[in-house]
Amino acid sequence: MGRLFAVVVTLFTVVSTALFVMHVWWLPPGISVVGSGVDRQINETMIMAGALFVISQLALACFAWRYADLGDARPVKTFPGGATPMVVASILLVGAEIVALTLVGSKVWAQNFMVDADPHALHIDVQAEQFAYYFRYAGADSAFGSMHPALINDANSNFFGLDPANDTTARDDIVAASLVVPVNRPIQLTLHSKDMGHSFYVPQLRLQQDFVPGMVIPLHFTANRTGKYEIVCTQLCGLGHYSMRAYLEVVTDERYGQWLKEQAP
Amino acid sequence: MSHAAPHGPPTGFIRTHVFSLDHKVIGRQYFDLALVAVLTGMVLSWLMRYHLAWPKAALPGLGVLSPDGAPSGVMTPELYLRLMTMHGTIMVFFVLTTAPFAAFGNFFLPIQVGAEDMAFPRFNMASFWVTFVAFLVLVSSFFVHEGPSLAGWTAYAPLSAVGKDAGPGEGAGQTLWAISIAIFCVGQLFGSLNFIATTLDLRTRGMSLARMPFSTWAWFTTSVIGLIAFAVLLPACLLLILDRVAGTSFFVPGGLVVSDRLVPHAGGSPLLWQHLFWFFGHPEVYIAILPGFGIVSHILPAFARKPLLGPRVMIGCLISIGFLSYTVWGHHMFVSGMNPFSAILFSVPTLIITIPATIATLLWIGTLYGSRLRFATPSLFCLGFISVFVTGGLSGLFLAQPSIDTYLHATYFVVGHFHLVMAVAAMFGIFAGVYFWFPKMYGRMMNETLGRWHFWLTFIGVYCIFMPMHYLGLAGNVRRYAVFSDDYLQPLMPLHRFITVAALATGAVQLLFLGNLIWSRFRGVPAPDNPWQATSLEWSTSSPPPFDNFGGRQVVVSHGPNEYGVAGPADFIMQDAPPGGQGA
Amino acid sequence: MSAVRPPERTAPGMTGVWTGIAAILMTFAALVSALVVRQGDGGDWRHFQLPPILIANTLVLMASSVVLWVGAHEPEARPARARAALALALVLGLGFVAGQLIAWRDLAAQGVYLATGPSGAFFFVFTALHAIHLLGGIAGLVYARRRLVAGIPGRTVDAAVTYWHFMGALWIGLLLTLAVSL
Repeated sequence: MGRLFAVVVTLFTVVSTALFVMHVWWLPPGISVVGSGVDRQINETMIMAGALFVISQLALACFAWRYADLGDARPVKTFPGGATPMVVASILLVGAEIVALTLVGSKVWAQNFMVDADPHALHIDVQAEQFAYYFRYAGADSAFGSMHPALINDANSNFFGLDPANDTTARDDIVAASLVVPVNRPIQLTLHSKDMGHSFYVPQLRLQQDFVPGMVIPLHFTANRTGKYEIVCTQLCGLGHYSMRAYLEVVTDERYGQWLKEQAP
Repeated sequence: MSHAAPHGPPTGFIRTHVFSLDHKVIGRQYFDLALVAVLTGMVLSWLMRYHLAWPKAALPGLGVLSPDGAPSGVMTPELYLRLMTMHGTIMVFFVLTTAPFAAFGNFFLPIQVGAEDMAFPRFNMASFWVTFVAFLVLVSSFFVHEGPSLAGWTAYAPLSAVGKDAGPGEGAGQTLWAISIAIFCVGQLFGSLNFIATTLDLRTRGMSLARMPFSTWAWFTTSVIGLIAFAVLLPACLLLILDRVAGTSFFVPGGLVVSDRLVPHAGGSPLLWQHLFWFFGHPEVYIAILPGFGIVSHILPAFARKPLLGPRVMIGCLISIGFLSYTVWGHHMFVSGMNPFSAILFSVPTLIITIPATIATLLWIGTLYGSRLRFATPSLFCLGFISVFVTGGLSGLFLAQPSIDTYLHATYFVVGHFHLVMAVAAMFGIFAGVYFWFPKMYGRMMNETLGRWHFWLTFIGVYCIFMPMHYLGLAGNVRRYAVFSDDYLQPLMPLHRFITVAALATGAVQLLFLGNLIWSRFRGVPAPDNPWQATSLEWSTSSPPPFDNFGGRQVVVSHGPNEYGVAGPADFIMQDAPPGGQGA
Repeated sequence: MSAVRPPERTAPGMTGVWTGIAAILMTFAALVSALVVRQGDGGDWRHFQLPPILIANTLVLMASSVVLWVGAHEPEARPARARAALALALVLGLGFVAGQLIAWRDLAAQGVYLATGPSGAFFFVFTALHAIHLLGGIAGLVYARRRLVAGIPGRTVDAAVTYWHFMGALWIGLLLTLAVSL
């Protein structure tokens, strides 16, 4: 029975480790500089966690094989050194690992969430609602019209609750259903929620941030590869949660300028 | 306050089996409740997995069961979310809290410390019946007009707080959910209070804290955690109920437009709910898993035939994990919009929990070294526990880091992580406990052959279900989706179908366990007093124990629970053997 | 059967009360932190006049604690005195709850209801939850008095009195919190 256990555990360990190592299922290619920092952090953690995984599973398998059903005649042995070396080793090794991961990881985290966006970043407003995203560009005056929840009306496409009749800055605001951004340009998003908690998740950007009703949350990124990527909702927001998505289109500067012209009201 | 008044053996069916004050009956009642709950939760997960793998396929009979939720048998997204909400709530509260903690703890904690009963038998009885009512209230939401809530077991506001406009099930179903959980908290507070007072005050002569079995230590630590956690979830649920029914605005901010209507609330904070919920929610993970730590540390030496390595270190691990569990709740909220600096502050203690968890794992594995390991179903499940706990625990290393969580948050990586570490590991602890203690609880042995088949198939099955979820998560597969319709998720569908097949098969294997349980309860081989040659006090009394646990005998403890592998005619010393002497 | 238990450890009532106190403290700590967050977050905090009767209620509750402190500290030696003290404290406790109801009516007269605003909501939640726990304390006094009459008080009276003092202290803490923030 001990041998069977050892074989099964070893088999699992080898197969699941191989699937990780071979990247059979893996992250989609990243499209940002900060994102590659996240990838590095995942890789480093994967190596450490993987080593601990393999060592502990194999030790378990080994002992189960070696010490199974030996009968009562044989005296038992204590682990060499007892518990103390294990405690010391755990505190030192795992402690060092924690320090290392935190030091490196915090930098990556800070680049995403603790530094302000580039001062020349392109500002885009995002409104999340059950079950869609809307993106607002400031238009020619570079100023956003203010939002009035009472004026929000999906039927006439006033997703942001703008008041163009009285608010001149709102008149040239461009509202789109896709997030179109120029490549290599810092983007500053401002996240608003109309109703529930939602989330902004683009796996390729390695970036996720909740929308919280009642809060205005900034988020910034710079995409360095053109293409069309899915923005998906990761915060349960109601029955259509699974279908809540929009597209992030990273385009060249020329294409962006052209798109902006097409959208102008 | 009720004193531990000695109460005589009850007479009559109602006092003996229904409203019993006997901790053993209450323990079995909790066990049966957990069994009903786990079967319910498992069936819900089958339906969900089937739908995820074949979203367009009709499930025969589902249309009859839920004409609104599955017209023509194909599940609607809202039905999926309802099943998911109920699966999570039932499993976390009514299985993972009741089975390892309330059921086994009730039955065995008083016996293991040499007491006749819990400190407050009436509170104890109330604890079970209150929990039972909470379960009925939760299940009743299946039968209200709009069906159960779809807001998930975490019930994030404002989805859970603004009422029916938020979605189907957010009317009466969500209110019933909040009431059920509030009632549940009361039941568990009564239970925790009892466990603490019993452990501190009712230990028999010679049962010093250092001589308490590891399982008792784990239940004691868990009850301290539970006392604090449920005492916070209770007022949180009350505030949620008030937001829903009384028009207050604790969690709902102003200016929300839901279903084209301006919500008449103002100023509330959705993050406040998240903080209160996770202040309970993370310790709840340890309420589910720490009894497993205790059970494995209790059972493993009896089958390794040698003392657990570092017994005091193990107790230190239990206590430090319990303490740290209160400093880490924010790691559920890295991307929630809370101050990003606090993410790092929450990340560090989360990573530090790895240290006591690593030490505990090493102690178990080190105990196996040089042992005379006996293979029986309880020890197999202990080994399985160690294996899945390591696997599930290590994926936590990723999620504990905000920099990585910003990618993996709310993906199947999280689902795989918490199922392995909190659900499967905890379930393996429960299974080990059932096979180990069943003879004492019911006076009959369980069938060993069925037990082993149950172990092997379950062990293989759970890895096939939950290991691939880590791959899905790495590929960015989002959780809580009723259908995977996004383009980038399409290549992952074969893996989803693999998981579903594994889940259906592993679920079916549990029928072996259920059959074994029922068959052995009535037809099993009569159990001797100490079938496993174990040391703790529950094995010093008859199987099952008499009404007052030790038949009026004065139990005097002279030994720790860890005296295995000693020289002499028997290789172990019972805790109540005379000092220095051998006893069996 | 009770001979099995070593006599030095027969005070689970006291342990139970202290454990309960820990849980109740945790509950109100959660509520107070919710108040702090909500007051800082919402921008809709309305100040209102605390009902003056709260002062009288507080004095009544403090008086009940004094009665128990003076009258019920030697329940076994002076049972008659303890019985009277428990009864008097019970009446004062009920008087406190009645006074709290008057305070609610006073607030309603000011136009402050549960859903009027967050400050009022917290006032009602704090006072209601405290009153519910206090009713538990009244049940404890009744139970302790019954044990005393039956001649088997054990530490029941001490346990019930400890809980009662805690209810008084908790109320003063809550009142100060409300006075500072409302």
